Amino acid sequence: MILDIVNLVGQRTINFARNIGAFSLFTISIVTNSFKRPIYYKLILKQLLFIGFYSLPVVAMTTFFSGAVLALQSYTSFSRFSAENSIATVVILAITRELGPVLAGLMVAGRVGSSIAAEIATMRVTAQIDALYTLSTDPIKYLVLPRVIASIITLPCLVLIGDVLGVMGGYLVSVYKLDFNSSNYILNSFKYLEPIDVISGLVKATVFGGIISVISCYSGYCSDKGARGVGDATISAVVNSSVLILISNYLITELFFKI
Amino acid sequence: MSEIESIIKIRSLYKSFKGNKVLDGINLDIKRHSSTVIIGGSGTGKSVLIKTIIGLVESDKGSIIIDGVETVKISHKERFKIMKTIGFLFQGGALFDSLTVEDNITFFAEKLYELTPKHKKDLAVSKLSDVGLSKKILAMYPSELSGGMQKRVSLARAICANPSILFLDEPTTGLDPIMANIINELIIKIQEELKATTITITHDMNSAYIIAKEMAMIYEGKILWVGTKDEVRNSDNPYLKQFINGSTIGPINV
Repeated sequence: MILDIVNLVGQRTINFARNIGAFSLFTISIVTNSFKRPIYYKLILKQLLFIGFYSLPVVAMTTFFSGAVLALQSYTSFSRFSAENSIATVVILAITRELGPVLAGLMVAGRVGSSIAAEIATMRVTAQIDALYTLSTDPIKYLVLPRVIASIITLPCLVLIGDVLGVMGGYLVSVYKLDFNSSNYILNSFKYLEPIDVISGLVKATVFGGIISVISCYSGYCSDKGARGVGDATISAVVNSSVLILISNYLITELFFKI
Repeated sequence: MSEIESIIKIRSLYKSFKGNKVLDGINLDIKRHSSTVIIGGSGTGKSVLIKTIIGLVESDKGSIIIDGVETVKISHKERFKIMKTIGFLFQGGALFDSLTVEDNITFFAEKLYELTPKHKKDLAVSKLSDVGLSKKILAMYPSELSGGMQKRVSLARAICANPSILFLDEPTTGLDPIMANIINELIIKIQEELKATTITITHDMNSAYIIAKEMAMIYEGKILWVGTKDEVRNSDNPYLKQFINGSTIGPINV
């Protein structure tokens, strides 16, 4: 019984180490390939459209309503100790520093990460990746790199738009529902905002873009055969991306705002 | 057989998966401009063998010389150079489902040459005609085609850059007898027109007799028998006899 447990733990540890090694090699090959020709500009543009433009509605909705609910919740709490004037500052700082990048990252991980993993895993199962190879085309350059480049470029753009919409959500609720003065609210919003607040959010978005695309491509690329392999790749892409987004969010926050 | 005659020369090739020996010391010569069919039951290592030859599977040990170049453990760049002379028809077609028929066929040619849209279309139409298909399907996606049509489009893609070696993985599997015969005739026609060396793996003996000039039988990761098509029927090899007769009694474990 004890031997079985030790055996199981040993097997899991070996598999974990093997996966880390394979993932590292995969990441290195993406980096080294990014400096080599050919560069598939058309595919990068296609991915910019798919990852960036088509994710806009879901990111916009999420950040807008998060800003709105943040204003509402802050009001009900802050009014208990007459700190309603801080609502504008809280909303803009929370959105730019945390909610904007994290919510956009999680939404894109769900929408785009799952799609990337499923598409590449299906290509693996149906031998399309092998076919690329037989046609003298490096699958990393053709399939992975355009997705990684597009994710890294689009995530900060999405977050910037999300920041604006999130702040707008808070503004609309505060002014039209909670009867705040419009000019005062805008003034309070930008009074304590510093460039580092926005920049830290954009840096986070860039890192999240890299995490989502590399993990999703890896999950699809190294998937097992069959329909179950495609399903597992999709799950692992979304779960691992989301968890790593939250962990890296903490680390980047600590790096930017040393307390 | 001399070195010059052999376009592919395989020596002591081994491959195992998790301790399970799939290729167990393969030795095989493929003559230039020949049509060789490798026969064998399911799970005997046929697919692994051709995937190892073209580098999709890495061998554990051994030597594979393609057109005078040792290809085991060569760099990706060198491998892609060799792949430019090779065409491959996958068992399931493996057409790119995000691309149209035209883009699928000309995928490789576009990498090699600067093609104008007109040249690209003309090339795709010409290759489609080679495999007996109409240009009406140019703008269609693979999911809109039947299994037989997918296989023919895949064959058109494999021959688009006029390869000197053509690998065919189970070309007739999953097709009805008429479509299987159409594919067999196409393979013979392409082999004659391109003067290419074709290596086909199949367990379909009807197809093997039509396509082959030479045959090799693989069993439990070893090449058991090599000879011409005419020698197959007269062979005394008990494994070969059992396989071509489809008998359940004999030395092959069933």
